[in-house]
Amino acid sequence: MAGTGQTPSRQGAGRGDQIVTALLFTAAAVSVLCVAAIFGFLVYFSLPLLGGDQLGMVLSWHWRPTSGQFGILPMVVGSLLLGSTAMLLAYPLGVLVCCFAHGLGPARLAAPLMAVIRLMTSVPTVVYGLVSVFLLVPLIRDGFSGSGFSWLAALLVLALLVLPTIVLVLDSQLRLVGPPLRLTAAALGLTRAQELLHLTLPLSARGLKAAAVLGFGRAVGDTLIPLMLAGNAAQVPHSLLSALRTLTAHIALVVATDSQSAAYNSLFACGVILFLITLAVNLGLRRIRSENGPAGLRGGGHA
Amino acid sequence: MPRLLARLVERALPPLAWAAALSVPAAFFGLLAFLLWRGLPSLSLALFFGDTPPLAALLHGAPVFDGLWPACLGTLYLVLLSCCLAIPLGIASGICLARYATGRAKALLDFCVDLLAGIPSILMGLFGFALILLLRKTLWPGANTCLLLSALCLALLVLPYLISSTRSCLEGLPPELRLTGASLGLSPWQITARILLPAASQGILSGVILAVGRAAEDTAVILLTGVVANAGAPGLLTDKYEALPFHIYYLAAEYQTPQELSQAFGAALVLLCLTAALFAASRRLQAGLERRWKSGRNNRNGSIRA
Repeated sequence: MAGTGQTPSRQGAGRGDQIVTALLFTAAAVSVLCVAAIFGFLVYFSLPLLGGDQLGMVLSWHWRPTSGQFGILPMVVGSLLLGSTAMLLAYPLGVLVCCFAHGLGPARLAAPLMAVIRLMTSVPTVVYGLVSVFLLVPLIRDGFSGSGFSWLAALLVLALLVLPTIVLVLDSQLRLVGPPLRLTAAALGLTRAQELLHLTLPLSARGLKAAAVLGFGRAVGDTLIPLMLAGNAAQVPHSLLSALRTLTAHIALVVATDSQSAAYNSLFACGVILFLITLAVNLGLRRIRSENGPAGLRGGGHA
Repeated sequence: MPRLLARLVERALPPLAWAAALSVPAAFFGLLAFLLWRGLPSLSLALFFGDTPPLAALLHGAPVFDGLWPACLGTLYLVLLSCCLAIPLGIASGICLARYATGRAKALLDFCVDLLAGIPSILMGLFGFALILLLRKTLWPGANTCLLLSALCLALLVLPYLISSTRSCLEGLPPELRLTGASLGLSPWQITARILLPAASQGILSGVILAVGRAAEDTAVILLTGVVANAGAPGLLTDKYEALPFHIYYLAAEYQTPQELSQAFGAALVLLCLTAALFAASRRLQAGLERRWKSGRNNRNGSIRA
């Protein structure tokens, strides 16, 4: 495999190895620094908030830049509400799709179903957004009332967006847990539904939790769907049909409208909150991975 | 009572699973069909080049005013530039993580890669925006958002995909390969460069393609770092530029005529075909790698099969 005839001189190889090792570690260090830099910048730019009464102003319920009120709490609530309701819809669907692919449906259909789910991961969010603006929003407008740009529209599409993440994470776990149980379950005379409900799913608890956490992280982190569909009114929504604004959409909107720099500070506060949510999701995942249970649960994220 | 409940759930589970397995693809294909219905009629050379003759635009750089061509070029430059930045760094970090780093350094790197993968893309954009604010305050008062800044932030976005795909490809190889190299007296880097990297090349390439797809589709990052609706073909690295995903977003919100709307659907179709093709290529390569080294994946616990 390595070139014959050119016996590597050990000395040269040794020095070469040192250089390469140094280079590789430099690259790794740069990658780590990137994360540190992102967090550092967010914190540095939101520091001015800590002094004086700025903090109280940002942590309030009113976003009226024209009259100097920069409260971001409605956006925090909006992000959490939208993320959790999208998960409330996507998670059971995802688990059921996995159940279908792992025994409840005909084996012939399992592979095509998973292929469709994988295909769904390759759809750009802006394409989902565009199609929904002209298909789903008019449906909601005609079917119910209001403008159609609402919590409901965003949550439906967001659910479709995070579903592949949930399914693929859970699927990779079920692939490990399922097959060894098959014979035992069959010998016990369990139906496939009983097998899933009483054996496979309880033993896949890690996958179930990881799918929920990753899916939630992705739902809260998405920008384009809420920006294009949720209506973006800076308020706490009072019904599924009213508009809301998420932290991600808020950041995009404030930068785009280029308002005065007092608004920028609140922007970075939003960034810090989003970063902390990401951090919490990540720590949660680590905890889940280190729990005792069947091995193997890596990657899975977007792809 | 719990027993009764269990019976009920057992009964209800198969029909519910059927309902879910039917409704999810139905919703997806419904959206897809709508996109095809609205987008297919607009697919033509005029969609890309407007009134400009295509050859003149391609060969002589004639300006295109009402076509997607400048946006396509912008996305191409953006992807090339961000990949140039991210690929060397990502692959090197992946090799480091898989083969060199140990103990605390490895744990730290692993944590950072996971965290970076989870950071919402809008935060990468906000980072770029903050960078410009800082530059304005300090070194370079004239700094503004531009193509280079977007490429930099996109590179950050795709970096974790490159690192973790490189890493998992290298770690998924059968341990015999490494041991063979060691028994031949090769140094660690010779083992990596001459044996492991060629063996994992398909998988690494699949990660690269996936990264290209991610960079091409992302909208949130470029939204904050310099994309505009009308800039023409990209010129300097410090210029504003157009990009395909932003073009779609912009037209969806601000279209003036039915033609512009159908251009948006055409652009969405083009973007979807692009990302789906990249994604399919990436899957194929990944599957090829797994077929080639079948023992590696299921054999993580380090036992060596003869």
